[in-house]
Amino acid sequence: MTEFTPYTSLAGGVLIGLAASLLLIGYGRVAGVSGIAGNLLLGKHGDRAWRGAFLLGLLLAGALVAWLMPEAVGTSPRSLASIAAAGLLVGVGTRLGSGCTSGHGVCGLTRLSPRSLVATLAFMLSGVVTVTLLRWLGGGA
Amino acid sequence: MIRAARHLAGTLVAGLLFGAGLAVGGMTDPRKVIGFLDVGGAWDPSLALVMVGAVAVHFVAYRWVRGSAAPLFADEFAVPKLRYIDRKLVTGSVIFGAGWGLGGYCPGPGIVSLGAGSRDALLFVLTMAVGWVLTAKFETWKPAPRKTTSELPGGGPAEVS
Repeated sequence: MTEFTPYTSLAGGVLIGLAASLLLIGYGRVAGVSGIAGNLLLGKHGDRAWRGAFLLGLLLAGALVAWLMPEAVGTSPRSLASIAAAGLLVGVGTRLGSGCTSGHGVCGLTRLSPRSLVATLAFMLSGVVTVTLLRWLGGGA
Repeated sequence: MIRAARHLAGTLVAGLLFGAGLAVGGMTDPRKVIGFLDVGGAWDPSLALVMVGAVAVHFVAYRWVRGSAAPLFADEFAVPKLRYIDRKLVTGSVIFGAGWGLGGYCPGPGIVSLGAGSRDALLFVLTMAVGWVLTAKFETWKPAPRKTTSELPGGGPAEVS
């Protein structure tokens, strides 16, 4: 079981909120990672530079975290085959569903978007069901 | 030219802050994510507070900016305006949730963990990108039967939030 970390989790949320606000107020963009990254691969050519810059920021954040607080980056308890399947599911699902935890869960809920509310409830519920089923099966995924 | 450079520097800083927030909040630890989703087991509710903090801060910014004509450093807002709910949205979100619970990664934390050198995250991000490309190539789902589909740039799932 992982430790309950209310203060650092809230602080992380505040940082995410500030980043999303900078992107919206400064550049008029929604901080949805699946859309920003997916459309870097698949979107219009003239629209790619800022997406690349945002993703570079995410990667740099990861490098800084590995240096300053390496314990924050964990490994998945699942097998490599499961992680590969998980990646495919997340790719297909976020493309069909037009967003993920950041775009629907943070930015969409903030705008009180009914689409994002439904999407967030759907992926939360589905995640809970998946984890519960895997626990019943012995977690050997 | 200066404007373009400032634009890229600003979005890079936003990505940096965003990624730091994910890691500080605990989203880059797949065990913590799985613990958050394990409501009936060894539940760790911490990550709900990540969402509370992010939405609370962003809500203030959104209310403040909502009446303005344009963002500070760009010509227009590119905020999704769609309001309909269709099977594609729900099916996609259910598939995403299954993958989130299976691997313990969602897109942002996967990319941040990749930057931190995680092998699991490398595998996750590569297969996620394959999922995006395959979906874009083969997806033939009809747009929702509403007139609002004209708001979609290009008629496809382009401005993904």
